[in-house]
Amino acid sequence: MSAVSTGELLMKLWRGDASGGDFVEYRLPAQEGEVVLDVVHRIQATEAPDLAVRWNCKAGKCGSCSAEINGQPRLMCMTRMSTLPIDEPITISPMRTFPVIRDLVTDVSYNYEVAKLIPSFTPGPRPAEGYRMFQVDVERGQEFRKCIECFLCQNVCHVIRDHEENKAHYAGPRFLARLAELEMHPLDTLDRRAYIAERMGLGYCNITKCCTEVCPEGIHITDNAIIPLKERVVDQRYDPVAWLGRKIRGRPRPMTPADVEPYTGAAAKAARAGQAEAS
Amino acid sequence: MSVVEGTARPAPIPVEIGRARGGPPRSKVLRRDLWWLQPLAIALGLAAFVGYGVWTAFRGDYYFAGAHAHYLSPFYSPCFVRSCPTDVVWGPAGSIGSVSPALLVLIFPMGFRVTCYYYRKTYYRSFWASPPACAVADAGSTKPGGARSRYSGETRFPLILQNIHRYFWYVAVLFAGILTWDAIDAFRFGPNGWGLGLGTIFFVVNAGLIWAYTLGCHACRHLCGGGLKRFSQAPVRFAIWRKVVSPLNAHHQLFAWLSLFWIAWTDFYVYLVSSGAIHDPRLF
Ligand code: SF4
Ligand code: SF4
Ligand code: FES
Ligand code: FES
Repeated sequence: MSAVSTGELLMKLWRGDASGGDFVEYRLPAQEGEVVLDVVHRIQATEAPDLAVRWNCKAGKCGSCSAEINGQPRLMCMTRMSTLPIDEPITISPMRTFPVIRDLVTDVSYNYEVAKLIPSFTPGPRPAEGYRMFQVDVERGQEFRKCIECFLCQNVCHVIRDHEENKAHYAGPRFLARLAELEMHPLDTLDRRAYIAERMGLGYCNITKCCTEVCPEGIHITDNAIIPLKERVVDQRYDPVAWLGRKIRGRPRPMTPADVEPYTGAAAKAARAGQAEAS
Repeated sequence: MSVVEGTARPAPIPVEIGRARGGPPRSKVLRRDLWWLQPLAIALGLAAFVGYGVWTAFRGDYYFAGAHAHYLSPFYSPCFVRSCPTDVVWGPAGSIGSVSPALLVLIFPMGFRVTCYYYRKTYYRSFWASPPACAVADAGSTKPGGARSRYSGETRFPLILQNIHRYFWYVAVLFAGILTWDAIDAFRFGPNGWGLGLGTIFFVVNAGLIWAYTLGCHACRHLCGGGLKRFSQAPVRFAIWRKVVSPLNAHHQLFAWLSLFWIAWTDFYVYLVSSGAIHDPRLF
């Protein structure tokens, strides 16, 4: 390990593409009040003009600058240098779960493919007096709307991070939170539970909570989204008491194939029209 | 697409699997903090409790301080075998033979904790190393084709059985009631006297912690109100969800450990008193 002198930063940035690469060392003077992204930008402005890094807002709101800082999935723009042990080298590497395009930039398109498979918000017929919602009913879903789609949770989740083949049948924490938001929506009428259990792969999550630990928006993904979804699935398939209750009281409309057409489908368009009307 | 009501095998998510990812090798841990410390400490904590539990369950003796006060060890409650002291025996005494009473009842609280969402996290991390810590690779996952290269989570037998947690919760409520009864009983000294000993306080704390753990359960949170789509139509359930269960649930981890430790402590205290090793101070 190389020595770092006082007032100096030793940054080790991953340089390379999908075919390979290595950590490259950059030494530069430490400056007061910087975040990691500032330092990366200084490297880009001086020694490495060809360094690829994705960013937009520098305010923790666009979700572009996700990376792994000393092995921890973080937003580069929200990680202060003063919180890191700068008397040692600092490593910055791209998110591990997604293929590297170049340097710190990864191809996160897996997430967009999952997003297309989320059955849209589906309100019932519009009542004569219009839709009415109470704050207590929408509050829970609002927590999930804070999501900035940085995909740090998707990146840290071992289900797909360590087991590539599971990308074919696991939606990942960000999208389970999205599904929870829809399932908890007071005006939604769709029963997505079987779909969540099977196609979205809810059972793969073993509630080890890394998604919650890394979420820069502090969303309680595991406790407030995933576990409530697991309990809803238990209601549907593993609890005869709940089953009896449903027989007596009726139930929401089960999903049909049309509900899961990607956003380009006719059903999705109609659902979106309903959504616009409801909001 | 053919997924309706979960009958057909679901179509895969259309992504290219196995594309080269690039980046640092996955087997390399880049975290530089003491990420192994927490899983290790938790493993030791759980192992210590299991070790203690085995010792106490097979001991089959010194679980009731009857000569002094009605302190019945929480490991042995409810007591319904032939050897149970007549003061505390439940049900038709003598119907079940002379096995240690603890072995009959422990299966329920044990099943409750083993399927608890929080404990699942702890042992998946500490014993399965799946994952050992965040951003640290699952054990065995970096060896392609190895026994642990694939992962199915809680989708298959036996781990799919975790879904019965709710049933253990129903039973756990009964047990919390029984331990509450034991706490009340711990105010009884001698054949017909009432009083307060140091042990009584331990029993009351024990019952309190058990309730805090049981009511903070995620299954309870779902059943009491979390499963509703519209809180506005069920104000009472909403109030329970919001004011009682959710705050307890937020500290579920804390109560999981406190109640675990305290059960062992209460049992050990009963052991000390009933074996005559110490004298339980009577406060009044
Ligand atoms: S809690 Fe579940 S979704 Fe979140 S990181 Fe862990 S396994 Fe993935
Ligand atoms: S849930 Fe949190 S970690 Fe996941 S994408 Fe959204 S903001 Fe990022
Ligand atoms: S640059 Fe927008 S979140 Fe960091
Ligand atoms: S007891 Fe922990 S989640 Fe139910």
